Amino acid sequence: MVETKDAQRTTADPGKREFMLDVRTQDMEVNMGPQHPATHGVMRILVRADGEVCTGAQPHLGYLHRCAEKIGENVEWLQYLPYTDRYDYLAAMNNNLGYSMAVEKLMGIEIPRRAMMIRTICAELNRIGSHLIAFGTYGLDIGAFTPFLYMFREREWMMALFEKICGARLTYSYIRIGGVFNDAPPGWLSEVERFCDVFEEKWHEYVDLLMVNHIFVQRTANIGVIPRAMALDFGLTGPMLRGSGVDWDLRRDMPYELYVEIWKSGCFQIPLGKGERGTLGDCWDRSYVRVMEMMESIQIVRWCLGSIASGPVIADIPKTIRVPNGEAYAGIENPRGELGHYVVSDGGKVAIRCRVRGPSFTNLAVLEEILPGALIADTIAIIGSTDIVVGETDR
Amino acid sequence: MLTSMLAASVPQTGTNAINDFLAGVKPDYVPGWAVPLTAIGIAVGLTVAIISVVAMFSVWLERKVAGHIQCRYGPMRAGWHGWLQPIADGVKLLLKEDLVPLGADRVLYVLAPALVLASVLAAMSVYPLAPGFFFADIDLGIFFVLAMTSTTTIGVVMAGWSSNSKWSLYGAMREAAQVVAYEIPLGISLLVPIMVAGSFNLLEVSRAQTGFFGLNWYIWPWINPFMLPAFVLFFIAILAETKRAPFDLPEAESELVAGFMTEYSGIRWSFFFMEEYAAMFLYSVVGAFFFFGGFESPLTWGAAKLAGDGSVLHQVAAGTTLVVKGFAGVFLMMWLRWTLPRVRIDQVMTLGYKYLTPLALVCVLGAGLWEVFLTPILPWRHG
Repeated sequence: MVETKDAQRTTADPGKREFMLDVRTQDMEVNMGPQHPATHGVMRILVRADGEVCTGAQPHLGYLHRCAEKIGENVEWLQYLPYTDRYDYLAAMNNNLGYSMAVEKLMGIEIPRRAMMIRTICAELNRIGSHLIAFGTYGLDIGAFTPFLYMFREREWMMALFEKICGARLTYSYIRIGGVFNDAPPGWLSEVERFCDVFEEKWHEYVDLLMVNHIFVQRTANIGVIPRAMALDFGLTGPMLRGSGVDWDLRRDMPYELYVEIWKSGCFQIPLGKGERGTLGDCWDRSYVRVMEMMESIQIVRWCLGSIASGPVIADIPKTIRVPNGEAYAGIENPRGELGHYVVSDGGKVAIRCRVRGPSFTNLAVLEEILPGALIADTIAIIGSTDIVVGETDR
Repeated sequence: MLTSMLAASVPQTGTNAINDFLAGVKPDYVPGWAVPLTAIGIAVGLTVAIISVVAMFSVWLERKVAGHIQCRYGPMRAGWHGWLQPIADGVKLLLKEDLVPLGADRVLYVLAPALVLASVLAAMSVYPLAPGFFFADIDLGIFFVLAMTSTTTIGVVMAGWSSNSKWSLYGAMREAAQVVAYEIPLGISLLVPIMVAGSFNLLEVSRAQTGFFGLNWYIWPWINPFMLPAFVLFFIAILAETKRAPFDLPEAESELVAGFMTEYSGIRWSFFFMEEYAAMFLYSVVGAFFFFGGFESPLTWGAAKLAGDGSVLHQVAAGTTLVVKGFAGVFLMMWLRWTLPRVRIDQVMTLGYKYLTPLALVCVLGAGLWEVFLTPILPWRHG
């Protein structure tokens, strides 16, 4: 059964519904999912609806549970890397990076500078690709089909770039413990540069076609408002948090790898929701943050391209990694928020604990709070704006 | 009795070319009443054929338009640029399993798609294809069209209710609410050209717009300046009536899976599909008749000058003009669909009741005043 969170808020003020007091109606419970176009994967949201108004919602997870964390305690350190690709499959580079950083921290190895450069380029390109999907499918949820395919056009190029550097288009396993798998092929960096040029041009198309489209604004502004305090209470991270106006980005506030330098160089900013078109923390603000972040990522990539170093791309590490005793946590700014990897080693070939803090999973919790009171069409808009990847919520 | 009724009904359908032709070639042993019956049969067959061809062409057009808007080609394999694709689709749909979900109200479920398609077929019967070729020439033509096309709603509500699916029910309820809201501005905005023409008859409205080089189309501001706003209102209303984006809420695929047709499959589903495309075409032809001159265009004008009024060339030019205008409207609807996001149900209702309806009434008032006071003194309105 769905518990209506706040009966007062949703079943209305008696004054408004007085004419209906003698009509006995029953709320309808409807399963949104596991197979539903709006859930972006296999998730089920049990919605209680009074006509077109949602009076309660309960997300049900676990349809895509693949025991990712448990597998991490059964395979060797390096063997786990391909599994990290598969939880947030839209940002596999970032997952690789997060896991590698946790293990590297424990091993205390120095990463060559060129490796860090390439890692940053890949992670930021992947962030662009992920945000393209997030914003594109959000357009789909709202009913705009075409922007989605425009975004796929650029994402296709991004995937081609990754294919050139590591051979895979979705599950890269490219960022390894100690560096990256191999050096960028000749001409790759200049192609990335061309991608940046073209993307900056095309980016305006998305803004014109969807972001400032009057219907889009009407559908997303003032919908699914997450106030600042609620965002902090629910431990939201990433664009969900920044959309509510909280200035927190791990790339600046808990910098890792090269981001200390990049932030100091002043080449990128942290876009925040400003409540420009409605209330601070509404769906529009979250989309705005994602759209603006794409451009900031381009700037980061450009900085890396401008100061690329030469040298090795992977530290000298043995084939079979033995990690010293201890525990480590590494959090990175994934496109969806803070992706944390917590690993514990007893000095052997296999981790004794491997824990993942997935941003989608944490961000999902807020749905139950903001869905009640919305219209059915708005619930789709709200679910879309949380940008969850079900592979990662369930892992 | 029945015979005499059928025989009597034919003269009322106007100068029916088929009837005349059949009467001319009728052998003596064929009874007289068979002629109108056959004529009606042929007319019905032609109506169905026209609707099917229009729907198939529109489906192909939709896929090509969508493709080209989205940096793709659309169907390319079946025939030249995929022109055989609708036939391939049709064959596939015919061969699909015909499912009736468990717990569905079988009778209504089976009846709904037929009713939906029948309503557009009935509406089609009063459309003239050329100034001298039509199936039924009735004086309340546009009234009949509006009445028939709004019958679709009953079919949609039936489909949604009988499917025994919550998503279908949502779709059906949205359709009912939306169509009721938009029938009003649709009808009222059409009153403006009806007032100017002084007729409900599609042929007469078209004839009233005859003039040099298509300069007498009602949309031109020198005819009546309230015509353009009325057309905008009309166009928004037909988008909602035909369930096209941005008003495709009854079948909103990202919200309601597929709305009222969630549970339908195979050929029954394709009836809904055909209805949608046929209705798009029929409504945009209504728009062509009442705002864009109907059969009148520079082409028709030229053909009439060249070969004489009512000649075969003139008829062909008029028919071509009408089809081109109809598909221009269909193209515009497709263009909008692949550009705009979907609006929300409360926004649909607000737009319909709070903006379109009052504005349509204002248009009617303004146009009426213009007709009463200004038309008598405007020389070009008495050509």
